[in-house]
Parts: sequence; structure tokens; C-alpha cells
Amino acid sequence: MTKIITDRRSFLKSTTAMAAASTLGMPSIVRAQGARAIKIGLLAPLTGVVASGGREIVEGFEMYWEQVGKQAGGRAVEIIVEDDASNPDTSLQKARRLVEQGNVDFLFGNLLANTGLAVANYVKGTGTPYFIPVIAADDLTQRTRIPNVIRVAGYTASQTARPLADWAFKQGYRKVATISQDYTFGHEQCGGFAQMFTELGGKVTQQFWHPLNTADFSPYLGQLANLGVDAIFAMETGADATRFIQQYASFGLKGRIPLMGAMNATDQSVIRTMGPEVDGIISCAHFAEGSKEPTTVKFVADYEKRYQKLPSIYGFSHYSGAMWVAEALKKINGNVEDRPLFLKTVLGTELKDSPLGKTVTLDAYGNPIYDVMIRKVEKRADGKFWNVPVQTYEKVSQFWKYDPETYMKQPAYSRDFQGIKS
Amino acid sequence: MSALQSSPLRIAGMVLLLAAFIAPLLLPTYYVSVATQILIFAVLAMSVDILAGFAGRTPLCHGAIFGTSTYVVLYCATTAGLSLPVAMVLGVMAATLLAAVFGLLAVRTSGVYFLLLTLALGLIVWGVCLRWTQVTGGENGLRGQLRAQLGLSSREIYAAVLFIVAIVTVAMWRFVRSPFGLTLRGVKDGENRMASLGYNVPLHLIIAFTASGFFAGIAGAVYAVFNDFVSPSTVQLSASVSGLLMAIVGGIGTLFGAFVGAFLIIALEQAVSLYTERWLMVLGLTFIGIMIFAPEGVVGKARLIMAARKAHQ
Repeated sequence: MTKIITDRRSFLKSTTAMAAASTLGMPSIVRAQGARAIKIGLLAPLTGVVASGGREIVEGFEMYWEQVGKQAGGRAVEIIVEDDASNPDTSLQKARRLVEQGNVDFLFGNLLANTGLAVANYVKGTGTPYFIPVIAADDLTQRTRIPNVIRVAGYTASQTARPLADWAFKQGYRKVATISQDYTFGHEQCGGFAQMFTELGGKVTQQFWHPLNTADFSPYLGQLANLGVDAIFAMETGADATRFIQQYASFGLKGRIPLMGAMNATDQSVIRTMGPEVDGIISCAHFAEGSKEPTTVKFVADYEKRYQKLPSIYGFSHYSGAMWVAEALKKINGNVEDRPLFLKTVLGTELKDSPLGKTVTLDAYGNPIYDVMIRKVEKRADGKFWNVPVQTYEKVSQFWKYDPETYMKQPAYSRDFQGIKS
Repeated sequence: MSALQSSPLRIAGMVLLLAAFIAPLLLPTYYVSVATQILIFAVLAMSVDILAGFAGRTPLCHGAIFGTSTYVVLYCATTAGLSLPVAMVLGVMAATLLAAVFGLLAVRTSGVYFLLLTLALGLIVWGVCLRWTQVTGGENGLRGQLRAQLGLSSREIYAAVLFIVAIVTVAMWRFVRSPFGLTLRGVKDGENRMASLGYNVPLHLIIAFTASGFFAGIAGAVYAVFNDFVSPSTVQLSASVSGLLMAIVGGIGTLFGAFVGAFLIIALEQAVSLYTERWLMVLGLTFIGIMIFAPEGVVGKARLIMAARKAHQ
């Protein structure tokens, strides 16, 4: 039996062997059953600014495939992992290598929106199916949808911010300020929040945009403290999230002004190294590691046992994404060669018993419809902090309750367009 | 004399040239695209070499000039809906104009000040590309379907790029060999002497800078079609540095060394990244090795060895 999970070295060996075999005019790899292995190209940032998240992508993905014995639809599965170096140009180059040289059946992964957008643009030309459980750029499943790009177990940036705005309004908050990293992902999350909140009748007093990797938040915190707002929505990821939450507490704002975060702000990748300063922050996501759903509990326990840490969005979404595609492959007996059938089947597959808990479906645009949870960071019995669901919004689509066609007529969210209704 | 001395090198060059022509016919498509990339970056490295190797001014902004052209081509062809040839001409013009402005600002400095000033100018371009979201798409960049519009296969793209690169290379070669190019070398060797001989040194440098930007712009425009994508990572400092590194590894002042440099760096990157996540470290060590054992670059060193052999005989 060939080794299934391939590292780069054996990838090189196998491709060299294949090249040698094909020059000799022999069929590439012949298996006992006669069917070759399904080849999956996983792109993840293993170096660069988001390397830690990238590693969790690989962890979650591999954990699923190992649990199911590295097969899907009766065929063996081979995974080739490539490092996108957190850089869109490298990512594009590696995607080319996987498709043109590695002959993968489909691509999976990427973390940063720009790396995902670069690869999506490439597969638009090749037709290679590409699954993006983390890339949240709204338009990939909206205005500039590519049929072979499906966001299995992923979400659009603005999708989960809307229920949070609704929840905030119902808490009696009427004046909110937002602070966010100044890039598209931030613009879209804040846009979803701001549009929803103002349409309900709330007021977004001010929006702060700070550059990525801001070390000192004091200029922003000083202003936020004096705006007289009822709550603050913070859209932060990675190290910025850590610093913002720490400084929010050390400036004495914690407990004074309620803090709501985007799901990334209180993701395990951020809070697992932090202390009581994260306690009580509200966020909104399609996954909560502190959920009581039996499938979630089991997944979290398995993940913790295997990697000695609670799963982050990167790990769970790639685990669930792999599960989703595997379900579809099962339905079509692993016939991944028939791309239209494969893509259609993925789109029509309902995901049951996944770490997400409830059954999940995809909309016609290739984006999941979720039960979205309002989560609160709480301390677990062993002292670790995690996100516990406090309220659920059922069947939240990327279009909320708007008509998709009408919705897509409004411009994409940006620094200048936040959909604010005055 | 010099023609005789370098004749084995000429033959080697011819063989390489032939190999470059034949390569795409034999390689799998992925390697064809790597070969295309090498050609494009060789032009960028040659444009750096015009300034660093012939005018004695080492620039750290050519990635930004190159990338500006890429941005303009993709913006014009995709967002503005212009035809591809028009977009490419505009891209090259934008790069040339930018280089002229940079030249005006930078030529009066030399040495490390020139390096730093060009670095700062390049960073401005990067900053604009990152922040001017409505036009540049911010950190997500711009995407196009130029390749699909052209309907060319990887091999055909390679052939087209090879054709363009051949013309541009001859043009650059003629440029550095011209009386103007010789004057530049004079400036490199003795700026004060050239000035006292009555040459307008700043003007020569501005023209050299602009011409170099023009060539970098051509590379950038071709890259737009090849890559169908541009983001701030194309105009950031590391892009300028890699252009310069290619020129240095190949051999500063050898012009064609750029091909060797581009090949070594891109091929090494491809090969090493197959084996280890720490490929950047391996690249770094390789560069240090080259700087210690062949500071004149690969082609420069080869020339020296040839010359020494000739002298021995």
C-alpha cells in the first residue's frame, strides 16, 4: 500500500516516478482495485505571518482523513501539502504546481483572502474544483462567483456579523463604534455589522480603521473611551486581536464598555494563550468549541487529545470541509473525474454529524447556510477559556434575509461603503 | 582581442540560448510556466544591471517600477476595459514615467544614499498600492483573465514571451554598448572626471534610470499577462531585492548574467521548497556562499576564469 499522506519529499519522488513512468509509456499508478488514488492539493501557509494558522489547517484536514482511513467513495486519498508562504504570488505558483504537475483532482485550503483570491482566479481558467473553508471574501460566492469554487464549511465575512448586530440591538445597545484592521476582510465584517445595526435603527457613531500589525492601540482606545457608546465591535485577527484585547483591559475599558468581537477576535488561535482579559467577550460564529452538541463535544475532545489544544477556526473548518467533500465523494462512488457531477453533488450534499453540530446545507452560490451562534468567552473548569454559545440564529444565509439578486446590486463593502442607513 | 577571449563563453551562451528555445518543447507545462517566469525576471534583473552594473548606481525600487506596470496593465485591461495592447503600452509608459520621476529625485545621490532613497521611493509605491483600495484592490490586489482572453496555451505564452524578451535583450545590449552606454561606464568609473570632461552626468543618469525603468516596465507588462494577478507583494521591497539579487548572482555588469541569476534563484526556490519549509534559509546560505566565493557573480566569475586560462596559455 502506498503511503497516503504525502510529504513534499515523497511528492517529489512520486512525481519523478510518474514522469519516468509516463515517458516509458506506462500507466502512471496502477492500484489493486484498478482505480488510482484521489489526489488532493492542500495549500496552507506554513511560513510567513499566518504560519501558526496554516499549521492548524493541515492538522484539522489530516485528522479527518486519518480518522476515515484515508479513503473516500471507495478510493484511496492522497494529500499533497504545499506551503503558500502567506503570499499570493507564491500561492498562485504552488497552485499551478499542484494542478499542472501534481495532477491533483481538486484543491483545498488557503488562509489569507488575497492568497485565496489569487488561486480562485487561476482555477477559473482551469476548472479545477477548489474548496475554501477559511477564505471569507464575500464576492467569491456573490458578485464574482466562480462555479468551481465552493466554500464548504466556510463563511462570508459579512455573514456572521449580521446576527451579532441583531443581537446587540436586542440587548438595548443603540450607539456602537467599530474598530477594525484596515483591509477587505475587516471592511466586509464591519459592513455586515454596520448595515444591519443601522437598518434596525441603531447608530454607528464612528468607525476606526487601523493598519495591520498595530502595536499600540492607545490612540484608538482613548477615543473609543470618550465616544459615549453602548458597545464596541472589534474586528481583529491574529496578533492584533491579542494586543487589542490586552490593551482594552489594561486601559480599563473592560467591564466599562461591552466588547463584541468578530469570530476571529476570540478564536482559539488568539485566546488560547491569553488570560482573564478575554473573559466575557461576545462574538458570533457558526462554530463554538464550548457547544453542548454531542458531535461538537466529541470533535473537540478528539482534537484536544491529538494536538493538546482546543481547535481553532482553521482546524475545525478544514476538518468539516474535508468531511463535506468526502460525503459528496461517497455519493458518487469517488468519481471525481466527472467534475460537473462532483461539483453538483458537493453543492447538494447536506452535512450531518459534523463538528458544526446541526445539519448544514449550501446555498445556490456555494456558501453554507448555518445556525449561527452568539458566543461568550467563558472559563472552562480546567481554567482554559473557550467560546460558549448563548443564543442561536437559525439558518443564517450569506444574504441574511435580503433577496440575493437585490443584495448583490449594492456595492461590495469597502472602507467607503459600509451600507450604513442614516 | 576581447571577442577572442570570450569565445568559449560565447559558445556556452549560444548553447544556453538554444536550450532555452528547446526547453518548452520537452518540459511538462508547469515547468514551462517556471521557464516563462525566469525569462520575465531576467529582464527585470537586466534593467537593474543597467543602473547597478553600468552606471554604478544600485537601485532598490525596480520591483516597484515593474509592479506599477503590472498594476496598470491589469487595471486598464480588466477594470477599465481597454484592449490588451493599449493596456500594455500604458503600463510600460506608466513605469517609464515613474522611473523618470524617481530618476530626477535620486540621481544626485550615490552609494548608500542612492540605495536608501530608491528604497524609500519603492516603499511609497507599495504604500499607495496597499491603501488605494478602490483602484488597486488593496491587499487583495487585481485579478484578470488576460491569458484566457488571449486563448494561448502555456507553451504559446512561453514562445511569445521568449520573442519579446529576445528583442528587449538585444535592445538593452545595444543600449549598454552604445556611446551613451560607454559614457555611463565612464560615470561609474570616475564621475568627477566625466563631469570635468564636460559630460552632463545627472542628465545621463536620469536617461539611464528612465531607460532602465522602461525595460522593467516591459517585464512588468508581460508579467501581468503571464500571472493574471497582482497584489502589493509584487511591488514590495522583497521584489526589488530579488531583482537585484538575480543581477548580483548572475554578475553585475555582465547584462546576460541576469538570465543565469534569474534561473538560479527561481529554479533553486522551486527545487528547495519541495524539500523543506526552510527554503528561504537555504537560499540565504547560497547567496552568502556566492558572495564569498564568486562576488563577481556566476557569469563574472566564469569570465575571469576564462581570461585567466587564456593568459596562462
